[in-house]
Amino acid sequence: MGSSERTVFENPVVEWIDSRLPVFTMMQKEYGVFPTPKNFNYLWNFGAIAMFMLVTMIVTGIVLAMHYTADVTQSFDAVERIMRDVNGGWLLRYMHSNGGSFFFIAVYIHIFRGMYYGSYKQPRELLWILGVVIFILMMATAFIGYVLPWGQMSLWGATVITNLFSAIPLVGDSIVTLLWGGFSVDNPTLTRFFALHYLLPFVIFAVVFLHIWALHVTGSNNPLGLEPKTEKDTLPFHPYYTMKDSFGVVVFLLLYAYVVFFAPNMLGHPDNYIPANSLVTPAHIVPEWYFLPFYAMLRAITFDIGIPFTDIVIISAKLGGVITMFGSLLLWLVLPWLDTHPLRSARFRPLYKKLLILLVLDFIFLGYVGSQAADATLLGIPLSVFGLIATGLYFAYFIVILPWLSKNEKGRELPASIHEAVLAKNKK
Amino acid sequence: MKKHLLILLSVLLVMPLGVAIAGGDAPEAEHQRWHFDGHFGTFDRAAQQRGLKVYREVCAACHGLKRIAFRNLEALGYDEGQVKAIAGEYTVEDGPDDEGDMFERPARPSDRFPSPFANENQAKSANNGALPPDLSLIIKARHHGPDYVYGLLTGYEEAPEGTTLLEGQHWNKYMPGHIIAMAPPVSDDQVTYEDETPQTVEQYSKDVVEFLAWASEPELEERKSTGIKVLIFLLAFAGIMYAIKKKIWASVH
Repeated sequence: MGSSERTVFENPVVEWIDSRLPVFTMMQKEYGVFPTPKNFNYLWNFGAIAMFMLVTMIVTGIVLAMHYTADVTQSFDAVERIMRDVNGGWLLRYMHSNGGSFFFIAVYIHIFRGMYYGSYKQPRELLWILGVVIFILMMATAFIGYVLPWGQMSLWGATVITNLFSAIPLVGDSIVTLLWGGFSVDNPTLTRFFALHYLLPFVIFAVVFLHIWALHVTGSNNPLGLEPKTEKDTLPFHPYYTMKDSFGVVVFLLLYAYVVFFAPNMLGHPDNYIPANSLVTPAHIVPEWYFLPFYAMLRAITFDIGIPFTDIVIISAKLGGVITMFGSLLLWLVLPWLDTHPLRSARFRPLYKKLLILLVLDFIFLGYVGSQAADATLLGIPLSVFGLIATGLYFAYFIVILPWLSKNEKGRELPASIHEAVLAKNKK
Repeated sequence: MKKHLLILLSVLLVMPLGVAIAGGDAPEAEHQRWHFDGHFGTFDRAAQQRGLKVYREVCAACHGLKRIAFRNLEALGYDEGQVKAIAGEYTVEDGPDDEGDMFERPARPSDRFPSPFANENQAKSANNGALPPDLSLIIKARHHGPDYVYGLLTGYEEAPEGTTLLEGQHWNKYMPGHIIAMAPPVSDDQVTYEDETPQTVEQYSKDVVEFLAWASEPELEERKSTGIKVLIFLLAFAGIMYAIKKKIWASVH
């Protein structure tokens, strides 16, 4: 970090600092003149938007923590006190609870962009893996955060999800006891979840730093999937992309503000306005919307897997569901090695493009399945059948279709360079 | 690319729909027109005050409102003196005093509505084993809360043939499972209104929902009016940002 060449600054104060700690040189290099492909579309805004949401969540979260009490007899009341008696408390709390949802919206689009344009391919595999790690950390943080208001869904969602770990052979029960700090979801669970909910965002922040570091080593991918070859292919990050990202963030803020001010409870569940009660189980226990596709995969496995014609069970339905759910995420980690097609962008891979859109629809459908009661039906057929088929398609996409496409899809001819493609487009 | 953005947008629109689940096997309550609906919705002060009267004379016999302090009632249009007078009609337990004894005194504006029962067990034993929920958050704690509560209050019907109701059970169209322990709480002309407002079950129900909606979301008016300003600001800001972005990028395109 210190060895690279330093820029000379005219301002004596800046120069004094920079000659001792070259932060200005670094910012100049990484965010000022940083060469960035000139052909980004608006999907490339979602990295900056996600960063903006992370900061929003940390800032609102810290202020909320000043007014919150982690205690099963007080947490629900503490949140209501924030809503009613703390100055601007309702705004802080609605920004934070809906901010979680909008963070996930931004990140889901960001991930989709990565898949559509093959941003995970060589040499950006590690950049992608760090991104998946951030996503998994986000899921953990969001799940834990939903427990803190200590409403009915907090308690019962926590009970269902933490119980999953008991399916792990041998150590499962011990892990669950450790998570709970006892023998059910209770006060020790709430206090440790609060501590972790405060800690994890900073872990996310650190991994985001690594994610961006890795990005600045390889440089950004772009809609064509071509590496920039000459200076004509790139623009300095500032002012071109600082400006474009700022515009994108404000547009995203519009949607976010709309929900915060006019439909703040649309994405939540009304049951969480009922104080937690361990003696009353809600009719349907549903996680937050951003977990629904994974929840559907968890529930898709309703049968034990064992040796045929015997009673020997190797994988119980519960363990099968847990493996399926975590497996669905682990597949993302190895995505760069499942899709080894030399072309990055879906623009030049018509078949890949269609199948990826199908995967997105399949994922949304899984979300619908996850939102419904376990015994629901669709067209007279149990929904769990559809859930299993959709889960099968999801796995088939990654394990069968992507490797097959890598070998067999021909793809379209690439333009010579980013610059020429942009020129050709502008002529039209 | 546009096509894909459209798909993404539809994802964003469909996602929340997937989350909305109808509760139980009861039909969804019909949508009523509420004064607080919409982007510019506000509470109808007169209806809120009538609703408070219905709450105090009817609901409060069994249901608490423990998150609402008397001072909050100023939001309904009462002045300080009126709030003091309303609070003064209640007694609350305070203490311990210098001798270590608990004592009762008239409520002050800073006190919250006292609950009708000392604890949950007492509430249950007085109500045939069913717990009358506190109403402070009831509108937010049910799907389509205002319509649901209105539907429930007006949804008492004769049980269909073949249904056996135990003693203390009643049949309600909108209750999940249809069987409810609460007897029809209010009848025509039970609460006397000081103005010409009709004294019907429907009107009482509408008024009490208006009041309880405020109890659930006291910030609603401030939230919506701030929201309009925020959106106008962000729209203008986005316009300026777009103009600058276009200008900077003009040489590239």
